[in-house]
Amino acid sequence: MTESTYRIQGATGDWEVVIGLEVHAQVTSNSKLFSGSATAFGAEPNTQVSLIDAAMPGMLPVLNGECIRQAVRTGMAIDAQINKWSRFDRKNYFYADLPQGYQISQLYHPIVGEGSLTIEADEKAGIPEAKVIGVERIHVEQDAGKLMHDQHPTMSYVDLNRSGVALMEIVSRPDMTSPAEAGAYLSKLRTILRYVGSCDGNMDQGSMRADVNVSVRRPGDELGTRTETKNVNSVRFVMQAIEHEANRQVDVIEGGGKIVQETRLFDPNTGSTRSMRSKEDAHDYRYFPDPDLLPLVLEDAFLEDCRASLPELPDAKRARYEGELGLSAYNAAVLTADVDTFQWFEALLAETALAQGKQPAEVAKQAANWLISELFGALNKLGKSLEDSPVSHEHAAELLALVGKGTISGSIAKQVLEIMLETGDGATVIVEREGLKQESDTGAIEAKVDEILAANGDKVAQYREGKVALFGFFVGQTMKAMQGKANPQVVNEILKSKLG
Amino acid sequence: MTELTDLGVAAIRDGVAAGTFSAVEVAEAFNANVAAAQGALNAFIVATPEKAIEAAKAIDAARASGAALGPMAGVPIGMKDLFATQGVQTTAASHMLEGFVPQYESTVSAKLWEAGAGMLGKLNLDQFAMGSSNESSYFGNVISPWQRPGSNAQLTPGGSSGGSSAAIAARLCPAATGTDTGGSIRQPAAYTGTTGIKPTYGRCSRWGVVAFASSLDQAGAMARDVTDCAIVLEAMAGFDPKDSTSLDVAVPAWTASLSADLKGKKVGIPREYRVDGMPAEIDAIWEQGIAWARDAGAEVVEVSLPHTKYALATYYIIAPAEASSNLARYDGVRYGLRDLPDGAGLQDMYAATRAAGFGPEVKRRILIGTYVLSAGFYDAYYTQAQKVRALISQDFAKAFEQVDVLLTPTAPSAAFALGENVDDPLAMYLNDVFTVPASLAGLPAMSVPAGLDAQGLPLGLQIIGRPLDEQGVLNAGLAIEARAGFTARPGKWW
Amino acid sequence: MSVDTATVAKIASLARIKVSEQELEAMVPELNGILAWVEQLGEVDTSGVEPMTAVIPNTLRLRDDVIDADPLTGGNRRDAVLANAPAAEHGFFGVPKVIE
Repeated sequence: MTESTYRIQGATGDWEVVIGLEVHAQVTSNSKLFSGSATAFGAEPNTQVSLIDAAMPGMLPVLNGECIRQAVRTGMAIDAQINKWSRFDRKNYFYADLPQGYQISQLYHPIVGEGSLTIEADEKAGIPEAKVIGVERIHVEQDAGKLMHDQHPTMSYVDLNRSGVALMEIVSRPDMTSPAEAGAYLSKLRTILRYVGSCDGNMDQGSMRADVNVSVRRPGDELGTRTETKNVNSVRFVMQAIEHEANRQVDVIEGGGKIVQETRLFDPNTGSTRSMRSKEDAHDYRYFPDPDLLPLVLEDAFLEDCRASLPELPDAKRARYEGELGLSAYNAAVLTADVDTFQWFEALLAETALAQGKQPAEVAKQAANWLISELFGALNKLGKSLEDSPVSHEHAAELLALVGKGTISGSIAKQVLEIMLETGDGATVIVEREGLKQESDTGAIEAKVDEILAANGDKVAQYREGKVALFGFFVGQTMKAMQGKANPQVVNEILKSKLG
Repeated sequence: MTELTDLGVAAIRDGVAAGTFSAVEVAEAFNANVAAAQGALNAFIVATPEKAIEAAKAIDAARASGAALGPMAGVPIGMKDLFATQGVQTTAASHMLEGFVPQYESTVSAKLWEAGAGMLGKLNLDQFAMGSSNESSYFGNVISPWQRPGSNAQLTPGGSSGGSSAAIAARLCPAATGTDTGGSIRQPAAYTGTTGIKPTYGRCSRWGVVAFASSLDQAGAMARDVTDCAIVLEAMAGFDPKDSTSLDVAVPAWTASLSADLKGKKVGIPREYRVDGMPAEIDAIWEQGIAWARDAGAEVVEVSLPHTKYALATYYIIAPAEASSNLARYDGVRYGLRDLPDGAGLQDMYAATRAAGFGPEVKRRILIGTYVLSAGFYDAYYTQAQKVRALISQDFAKAFEQVDVLLTPTAPSAAFALGENVDDPLAMYLNDVFTVPASLAGLPAMSVPAGLDAQGLPLGLQIIGRPLDEQGVLNAGLAIEARAGFTARPGKWW
Repeated sequence: MSVDTATVAKIASLARIKVSEQELEAMVPELNGILAWVEQLGEVDTSGVEPMTAVIPNTLRLRDDVIDADPLTGGNRRDAVLANAPAAEHGFFGVPKVIE
């Protein structure tokens, strides 16, 4: 494996960065991990709170099976060891967002053990080769509530709607050595979670957030002291936080200082990290097995159900797109990077194959190329995503079929797409209405070709003397004369025969 | 005519059903006794006479309409103030929860109301059920109705279910709920000449019961005799999907299957329970119990429970550890006491609230528990204790390969005077020496009154059974009860 | 293992219980008495013994993922949740201002 060459250039030489991520991913479930209250985002304060979530006296937790199923499926998706025997521990500390005075988590016996995922090579980003990043464990735990500090001059307000929502904490090995690798890891992890359906990956709603562990060292040295930057909530911010934190650490060390193992906060406005003073006093979480809960023992049948319900995962899908569908590595990577994208593509592909009476593999390249170079670009200009694309996959397939059958040319197709985006109409309707149908009538094209050859006698002579590059000129002139509607293949054939 | 308040659960239920007297008459009679004794005994934190009447009226109306009556129809009971009761203050005898009015009903109390019982009030207890003498209640000591002849020294009714035991002994209620973490049903029963059973861990739901130590807490029944205990326990017990440790097994018809015949049964006598310095009277009552067991047809076998001597120390690591975490929720944010000194921040508020809201024994146990779980000590204390606990449990399992039940004294002495052990927590903890092992192993166990000591104070015998064999325990208890013929009751001085 | 005043102060702080100097002084011998007594567990040979995990052998049941199936374990009952709060305002629990 080629190591990353990412280095911080300090005053005294090069420094290597070592990065590990602890990602908190909200498990997709209707109700909370240990109570029946809802998990939906954005509800009125304290309306999604049960007596259990508010830690009333005598309240007891009962485990939500769906959260366990999702954690197991996630573990399987990263080829991790699934622990058939696990249990929940209490992490004890006092804070206003933690009603029980402890968080139910899994320290000693997590449900998922060692696994890994692969980040792809990305030369531009400084990732020369695909790289395997280890995942140490995934455990299931409760989320905390939320404090609001700006509503009252002397009070903070506590909203427990999030309190008790199920999280997966996905702990990586310190296998990443550049901000780009960390970014790629987080993106890939998000993709996998969204494929599996165990987390919606909405980072702006806090469904996914990362604690970023960073240390620096001289290449080849022992690991340095690390800091942990909490709750960073986008891929870009994670990369920024690492960049900033690594440089800060190098500055401290080179300035003769020492790195303190501490918790830090990321400020998205400045792109910098700062020490989190309120959490500075040494914690002693007094973990012990939660006596309100029993060991969690997973039956083989449960595990089989989990495995059987796994979808085709990103790596497998990419390989299939390249192998079976013959897509380029780049196109396969782009189309499998997100659930919305591959779902759109696969729907388009099916419709396209149907519309043209061909096998998907025969039209896959056409569909992929068009989607990536035409539709993505067009949507991008409009500031829209696939989800709110004015063009449906049915209409898109219609458009591709018109091109495939030679009814319109590629350049006319661009025009048609513009109109589709504006009007939301179907491709056939537009082509008919605007009279954009391609001319394949040999006679009509021949007449135009004759005109053009007659008007450009000098160029015809040059061509015949060997300046074959002029062929393109004749094609262009013909197409122009035909207002772009001539079938290029027919034009080529006629020109070839006339020019001899 | 017998006073209504001298009747037990079965007699009241049957009398109400037969129309011998009305449920309202019964409730009124007990309400009067509760009110009359409150100043002297302090058995209740809150009396709810209107609740008792309301429930009784419903039963009388149901009977009049010919509706089917529940197994406890017309029986007013006392509810230990550790069970959350909707709309009625629930304090766990703490300042912390003074004024706390639950918006929910514990599973156990709900089942009792469902069975036709009514509530006379919320019974006093040791604060958060931590104590063996009922001297740690924020609402004052419970005074035992029992006194030494010729002395008016106040005696303990035992703890933590001391309000329950005192109220039953003084005829303030025919039955009461208790909870037992290390002996909190059995020891108070023994001290007051009443009967109490702690079922197998998981039989009664812990949902809505203020938690002390989750892996040990178990609700149970207290009454004047074994039959009444069986009736009450049958109504309380049962699977509850809201409690993950609740056992998903049917509740047998214990009452219908009661039998005092022990023929073919083996009764084990654990030799390690003959502790050094055990008073002769305790030894004598134990020997008497052995003789009664033989008389009932049982074969008596000596057995060994080798890790018995470590049970108390194990308990005093595990229970405080769990308590330190269970009681972290009392922080002044969502309910209960809030002490917010001028200019205090959040963490200062916690520290002030918890300092003001918890009594000394509760604080002591929270600190012990915090210490044994803290970094560097966890394995030496907590893990080791859970290992020893496993050994204690295995000891019982081995013994139960040979015998059906175990017979032991319930407590190492009769009731002591209030104030006698307050300054020495360790001496106080030793009261639980015979009851704690069964709690650690989650086994069903009960105390039945067996006789009086030389000072005229009640002594109890304990029967411990196999997991889920409440029937075996009740039957052995019934055999002892039948032979002990315990009829002594405290003279009414209040 | 025995504790001194500083240790007890640290434990009390971890447990968020404010103790006066006087209380601290009184607690040290009490806690040491109890700790010295529980220390006898160290003499038990527990090699090869698994710590107890379930009092009565039993494993965890899994709940169906249903919202508010039972008002006792579900949400959407803010009034009940806030009913006993020392400072409830605008649907929130109020606490002294926290600076993060």
